[in-house]
Amino acid sequence: MTQTLKRLPVYLVLLVGAALSIIPFLWMVIASTHTTAALFATPLPLLPGGELWKNLARLQQETNFSQVMLNSLVVAVIYTAFSCVVSAMCGYGLAKFRFRGRGLVLGAVLLTMMIPMQVLLVPLFQMMASLGWVNSYQALILPFLANAFGIFLMRQAFLDFPDSLIESARIDGAGELKTFYRIVMPVARPQLAALMIYTFISQWNSFIWPLLMLNTEDKYTLPVALNTMIGLSRVDYSGLMLGSLLATLPLLLVFIIFQKQFVSGLMGGAVKG
Amino acid sequence: MTSTLLRPSRRPSANAGGRAGARSTARRRRPGYWFVLPAVGLFAIFFLYPLLSSLWQSFFSTTGGESTWVGGAQYLRLFHDPLVAKSLFNVGLILVIQVPLMVCTALGLAYLLNQSWLRFRTGFRAMHFLPAVTTLVAYSLVFRVMLATDGGAVNQLLAMVGMSPVDWLNSEAWSRVALIASITWRWTGYNMVIILAGLQGIPAELYEAARIDGAGRWAIFTKIVIPQLRPVILFSSITSTIGALQLFDENFILTGGGPNNATLTPVLYLYKVGFQQFDFGYASAIAWLLVAIIAVVSVVQFAIMKEKK
Repeated sequence: MTQTLKRLPVYLVLLVGAALSIIPFLWMVIASTHTTAALFATPLPLLPGGELWKNLARLQQETNFSQVMLNSLVVAVIYTAFSCVVSAMCGYGLAKFRFRGRGLVLGAVLLTMMIPMQVLLVPLFQMMASLGWVNSYQALILPFLANAFGIFLMRQAFLDFPDSLIESARIDGAGELKTFYRIVMPVARPQLAALMIYTFISQWNSFIWPLLMLNTEDKYTLPVALNTMIGLSRVDYSGLMLGSLLATLPLLLVFIIFQKQFVSGLMGGAVKG
Repeated sequence: MTSTLLRPSRRPSANAGGRAGARSTARRRRPGYWFVLPAVGLFAIFFLYPLLSSLWQSFFSTTGGESTWVGGAQYLRLFHDPLVAKSLFNVGLILVIQVPLMVCTALGLAYLLNQSWLRFRTGFRAMHFLPAVTTLVAYSLVFRVMLATDGGAVNQLLAMVGMSPVDWLNSEAWSRVALIASITWRWTGYNMVIILAGLQGIPAELYEAARIDGAGRWAIFTKIVIPQLRPVILFSSITSTIGALQLFDENFILTGGGPNNATLTPVLYLYKVGFQQFDFGYASAIAWLLVAIIAVVSVVQFAIMKEKK
C-alpha cells in the first residue's frame, strides 16, 4: 500500500507528460473539424465538430491538396528507393572490397556527415537554375541521393557478413550484382528497413530546399503548400490544421506499422542532426 | 562494357585465407569501384563541387549581378553585422536553456519509463514519443495557431485560470519562450527513446551489486545510471546542439524570425541574405561560419568521446 502511494507521483508526472504530448495532437484533430471562427471563439471547442468535410472540400478546392499529397508521396518514395540502393551499394563496396582510394572514400563519407547541408544551398540553387531544373522533381531528388549516413549505416551492416559466403556464391557462378542482392542484401534487411524509413521521413519533412526549388502550386510538396497557406491575406486556419493533420497521418501510419524500424531509423538519423 | 566489368571471370578460386585469399582480393578490386561509383559520382557533383563553389563565392561580392573579388571582406562583414550577432545570440540562448532542459527532462522520463513495476509502460512510452512523429512544418503551424494572441487555445486556457493573455509570437521575450517550448515539445520524446535504449544496455548486475552494497535509489541513479549513460547523454546533447545550430523550419513558420529578429537563427539569416537579397557572396560566408561552428562542436564531441575511452 505504501509502495503504491510512493509510486503515485511517478504516474502523475507521466500522465502530465503524456497529456502535454497529446494535447497539440488532439487540438489539431479538433481544429480540423470546426470553422476557423470557432477555433478562436470562447469557449474553446473541446470536442470534434461537424465541419470536417466542408474543410476538406475547401482545402481541396483552394490548394488542390490531393495533388500536393500525391506530390509529396511520389517524391519521397522515389527518393527513398534510389537513395537506399545507392547507399547499400556504396556500403557494400566499402565493406567487402579492397581497392585503391577506399580509405579516402570512407573518410570523405564520414566528413560529409559533419558538414551542414545549408552550405550547399546557394551553389546548388545556382546549379539547378543553370540546368533549368528549378521547379522540377529531379532538383529535389538528385542532389541528396548520396546520403553519408545511409552509406555508413549499410557499411556497418555488411561488415560482419562472412566473406566465405560471398566467395561460394561466386564459385556457384553468380555475378557480382546477383551475389549482392540475392546473398548479401537479405542479411541487412533490418538496417535497410530502418534506413528506408529514415530517408522517407527526411524527404517528407524536407522544407528549405523544396521551398527554394518549387514555384508553382501543381508541384508543391506538403510543407511548401502549408507554408503558402499562412501567407494568404485571409488565412483558413481550420483548413491549415486539417492540412497539418493530413501531412502527419502518413508518418503516424508508418510509425504504427513499423514501430521498431521507425525508432531505430530515427535514432540513426540523429547522427546527422 | 558495364556487364563485363560487373561479371568478372567465373573461374573457381579457393576460399579466402592465405595466398589464395590475397589473389581473390586482387580480383575483387574492380567490382568494388563499380559499387562505390554511383555514390562517389553523386557526391562529387552535388556535394564536393557546391562545397568548393560556396567557399570560392564567399570571397566575392555578388550584389548588383556582378561578382568582384573582395578577399576576406565578407568574413570581416560577419563580425560587424548586428544580425549575425543576434542570430548567434538567439541560438546561444537555445543552447544554454533549451538543450539542457530537454536532455534532463528526457533523461528523467526515460528513467521513469524504464521501471519494471510501471504499468502501461508501452502506452506511456508511445504517447511521449508521439510528438517526434509529426512533420516539422505541420507541428510548427499547430503551435502558431495555439499560441495566437487573440483567442488562441493557450491564452484561452490561461484565461480560465485567471491569467491575462500573453503576446506569444509578437514580443521578443515571449517569442523565444514559444520557440523553445515548441522545440522542446517536438524533441523531448525523441531523446527520451535514445536514452531509454542506453538504459536498457546497463547490465542488471550493476544494479544488484549496488543494492547489495546498500545503495539507495538516488545513489543508484547518480552513481550508476548517470555514469553508465554518459555516452548516450553526450550523443543526445551533441545532436541537439547541432540541430539547434541548424534551426530553420520552426522559427520560419512560427515567427518568420521576428519580432525584431528575436528568433532569427543563422540558417534563417542565410536564407534571407541569399534568397531574398540575393547576396550570394555574403550568404556563403554565413554558411561557412556555420560550418566552422559545427566543426568545433564535432571536434569537441570527438575529444570527449576519446577521453572517455
